Formats: sequence, C-alpha cells, structure tokens
Amino acid sequence: MVKWFKHIRATGGFRKAFVRYFTKGYSNRSVGGTVGLLLFIAIFAAFQVFPVLFMVGNAFKPMRELYRYPPTPLPQNPTLQNFRDLLEYASDSLVPFTRYLFNTGILVLAGCLGQMLLSAMAAFPLAKFTFRGKKLMSSLVVYALMFNGAVTGVPNYIIMTRLGLMDTYWAVILPSFASTLGLYLLQSFMETLPDSLIEAARIDGASFFKTLISVILPVVKPALMTVFIFTFQGLWGNTGGSFLYTENIRPLSYMLSRIASAGIARQGMASAASMLLFLIPVAIFIITQSNVMETMATSGMKD
Amino acid sequence: MSKQGKPIKKKVPLLTELRTKKEIYLMILPFSIAFIIFVVVPVSFAIIMSFTDYNVIQTPKFVGLENYINLFLNDDLFLKALQNTFIMAVVVGPVGFMLSFCMAWMLCELPDKLRVVMTVILYGPSLSGNAYMIWALIFADDSTGYINSLLMSFGITDSAILWLHDAKYMMAIILIVQLWMSFGVGFLSFIAGLQGVDRSQLEAGMVDGITNRWQELWYIVLPSMKPVLLFGSIMAITGAYSISGSALTGFPSTGYATHSIVDHLNDYGTTRLEMGYASAIAVVLFILMVGSNKLIQKFLRKVGT
Repeated sequence: MVKWFKHIRATGGFRKAFVRYFTKGYSNRSVGGTVGLLLFIAIFAAFQVFPVLFMVGNAFKPMRELYRYPPTPLPQNPTLQNFRDLLEYASDSLVPFTRYLFNTGILVLAGCLGQMLLSAMAAFPLAKFTFRGKKLMSSLVVYALMFNGAVTGVPNYIIMTRLGLMDTYWAVILPSFASTLGLYLLQSFMETLPDSLIEAARIDGASFFKTLISVILPVVKPALMTVFIFTFQGLWGNTGGSFLYTENIRPLSYMLSRIASAGIARQGMASAASMLLFLIPVAIFIITQSNVMETMATSGMKD
Repeated sequence: MSKQGKPIKKKVPLLTELRTKKEIYLMILPFSIAFIIFVVVPVSFAIIMSFTDYNVIQTPKFVGLENYINLFLNDDLFLKALQNTFIMAVVVGPVGFMLSFCMAWMLCELPDKLRVVMTVILYGPSLSGNAYMIWALIFADDSTGYINSLLMSFGITDSAILWLHDAKYMMAIILIVQLWMSFGVGFLSFIAGLQGVDRSQLEAGMVDGITNRWQELWYIVLPSMKPVLLFGSIMAITGAYSISGSALTGFPSTGYATHSIVDHLNDYGTTRLEMGYASAIAVVLFILMVGSNKLIQKFLRKVGT
C-alpha cells in the first residue's frame, strides 16, 4: 500500500499514475479517454465472456433450475450432479468412456507429433537453404492457407475409401499432416534464426537432419508449441464425421457432442459435456500462450 | 529492380541438383507426399469429378458442364446458398478482421497481465469448435431462452420469439455468433505484431509532426504491420467462407434462411452422395475462397505505397 502511495506521488498524482499504468507510460491521454477506452474493452469482453459464463453456470445447475423461468445465468444451488450423471452414463454405454478417451488420445498424439515432425522437417530447408522447387513449394504452402477442408472433404472421402483407410485412425490423422498453417508458422519463425547457428553445426559435420534435431528444434520450441496447440484444437474438436463410423474407434468429442445434442432429458449432462469440450483447449492455450504470441510475431507475409 | 542487378545463376542439371542436395529433398519428402495426397490430388480430383455424374457406386460418367449449368440455372437453393454465403462472408470477413485489429490495437498498451487475460477472453470462443452451442440456449425458442425471458420480463414481447426458426432473425443471429468467434488466429498475430512495432519509429514520428494517435496508426503502425495484416486477412476470409449455418438453426433451416454453400456441399457430398454435383459446389467454393483472398492481398499490398 505504502509503496503504491509513494509511486503515485512520484508520478505526479493519481490521475497521471492511472493513465500511465493503463498505457504503459506511452501516452498522455486524459483520464476520461482512458476510462472510456477501458469501458469499451470491458463491454467487448463481457460480450465474449457471458455466453461462456452461462455454459459453465448451466453445467453446475440442478435439473430444476435449468428449466426455471426466468432463467438465472448462475446456479443458485450449485451441484456436481451433472458431472456424476455424465460419468454414469458414460460408464453404462456400450463403449466405455475410457475407450473414447483413448481414441482421442491416439488421434491427438499421433496427429500433433506427426505434424510437428513433418512440418519441421520441411520448414527447415524452406527457411534456410536454396534448392530447386523451393519457390513453388513456398507459394503452394501459402495458397493452401486460402482454402480448407470444406473444399477437399468430398474427394478426401473417396481417396480414403480407395486407400482402404476408411474407419481407421489414419483417416483422421493423415489429412491433418497436410495442413500448411503449422509449416508456414515454423518456416517464418526459422527464417529469423541467424545463419551462424546452422553453419557452426554444419562445420562440425552434422547432417541436415541432425542439425535440425539437435540445433534447430530446441530453438524453435515456441513455434513447435504453437503448431501443437493449433493441431490439438483441430483434432480435439474432430468428431470423426463420416470418416470414423465404428463406435469403438470414435473420439471423445463425438460422444460428448452426441450427448450435447441429445435434447431436453439430458440438458444438464449436455452442459457438463460442453463445458469439458470447451475448457480443455482453453486451458492448454493459457499454458502455451506466451509461446504462441512469440511465434505469431513472425507470422507476417513477406513478398 | 533492373535485370543487371541480379547475379547470374548457372542452371545445374536437375539430376545433379537432386544428388548434391539429396538430404534436403529427403527432408521435404514426407510432408510433400502428405500434401500431394491430401491437398493437391483432392483439389484436382474435385475439378475432374465436377464434370462427371458420380454416385460412389457406379463408375463416373462424363457429363461436361452439366453440373455447373444445373448449379447456376436450375438449382435455386444453390443461388440462395451463394447469396447467404456472400452476406456471411462480407459481414464476418471484413468486420471480423477490423474488429480484431481494433481490439488488438486497444489492448496493446494495457499492462502485460491484463493484456494476456483479455487475449484469452477474446480468443477463447474461437478455440473450441462447439462453444457456439451455448447460443442455442441463449436464443432458445421458448420462454426459458435467456433473450426471450429477458424481453418477456421487461414486457417488450408477450410471447417467445422463435429466434432460430424465424427467417426474419436467423441470419442476424448467425452473424452475431460468427462475429463472437471471429477473434481467431489473425487476432493473435495482430497482438503479437503490434507488440513488435518499433518504439523509436513512433518517437521519430512525433518529431516529424505526427500529433495524434490516429495519424500514428495510419502513417507508422499500419504500414509496419502490413505483413501481419496480410496473414490475418487470409485467416479471416478463409474462415468466413466456410461458415455453416446449420449447426444452430438446424438442417434444413427454416426457409433456407441460413443455408450456406458449405451446407449445400455437405447435403450433396455426405447425405445424397452425388459426388459429381458436390464437387462442382466445392470447386465454386474453392474459386470464391482463393479469388477473394488473392483480390484482398492485392488490395492490401497497395495500402500505404
């Protein structure tokens, strides 16, 4: 408290200290302007947060409150019953809950590791060496950012059928390897590395691959984490759609979204399920966010 | 740049190049294979299939431009979807892009911890594919929906409004929800990009006569952010074209008020299994996505030069 007080006096009064705190000392905006700006940000934050708050609130509401008129955003008598119901339902179902969890684990782990490795291997030469076809490949990578799975879905379905991979984990894992966002971010990040780093390793006689593993990968950890979180998001929410149709290889998000859309009788469980689906990627993002921001700083498109 | 300025390159025969740079080619090989099988082949395949009549079981039959002719001349529903997707893309793309940038700009001078919290709050909704389901409760059709009960308790309406099944409101709701989810990857790169703007450049600007923040934004911040803006615009446009209305308003939506190209594509591709026709829809979507992206890139590159 005393320290604050002293700090405020040193910066020349509360008003100045207030503005300075909220502008990092870069602006001499008026107090009114600063308050206005903060208010504007707060309104936006509320718009973003309220729906999430409702979702979390609903997950802890007893059945009675879910259908009360008028509805309350937050539970009056919070309960864990919905989560217990969810667990019970999951353990009673034909395919055990742990099986869905295991399937998701495989998809996410194989998908993320595979994409991180493949993208890193391709990003390194693209960022640091010259070879024929480099220009073409770089521009294809950017081109591929301009459309997405909505376009390639139908032919991919047929290709998977022809390859005989339909209804196997591969049907979800393999297409995710071809995503170029991760490669693009890794390549941009690697371009900022000093050449001397690589030359030193090359003089020691290390192969390209060894240089990548032992010198480059440790330095591009933020970008790798970013590839991980983006791939994770995609695979975590992937219900397998029409690519996985045998119940016991379907992922967790399939089970949870089936419950979530099950209608009135399971509304409580559905809210609990939605909350779980939502919170896990958010939690992982919070843990990795400083890495992600460091990577995104190099995400710009050069000519 | 003049041609004389470029160093003269000797063309090495391809085989020599392949032999001397074997390791490099081996390293890009695994990704290239995945990329060719799951991106290049599907896109080419879709283009070829779009000229055929193919139902997965029988062999494809070449029909020329018939699919495209049917799409644009005989399929009123496709035209409706095209129109809806345009509305969604025009609103969610540019508005989402500008909102993301404005918020990032406002956040960039906040104290670090507060900025991180705000980043998570704004980015959160786009993180999880199914978070928008909560809007189904907010706009629920009966009196237990948050909006309905709010309106009813204030006496604004006396009966529940069918937000998700009345063609008057459906499109507006989809737009609100999509804007809610529009602080995505682009938003993150704007925040990171703004952190990287050179302070000394801003101070130099003050000396050169820049008097307010708007001038600073226009003359210094935006030009130095151009690469990040280009990246962000791609993320925004691609996302805006792949909106499917059906998740909230059901399929088919009432009066097809939120029927989008993606919904139309899914209908033919996964329900009716008319792969030729679905491919033609996919090709149109592809052209729209890449075309708009190219156009905006060209435009953004010109800004400030």
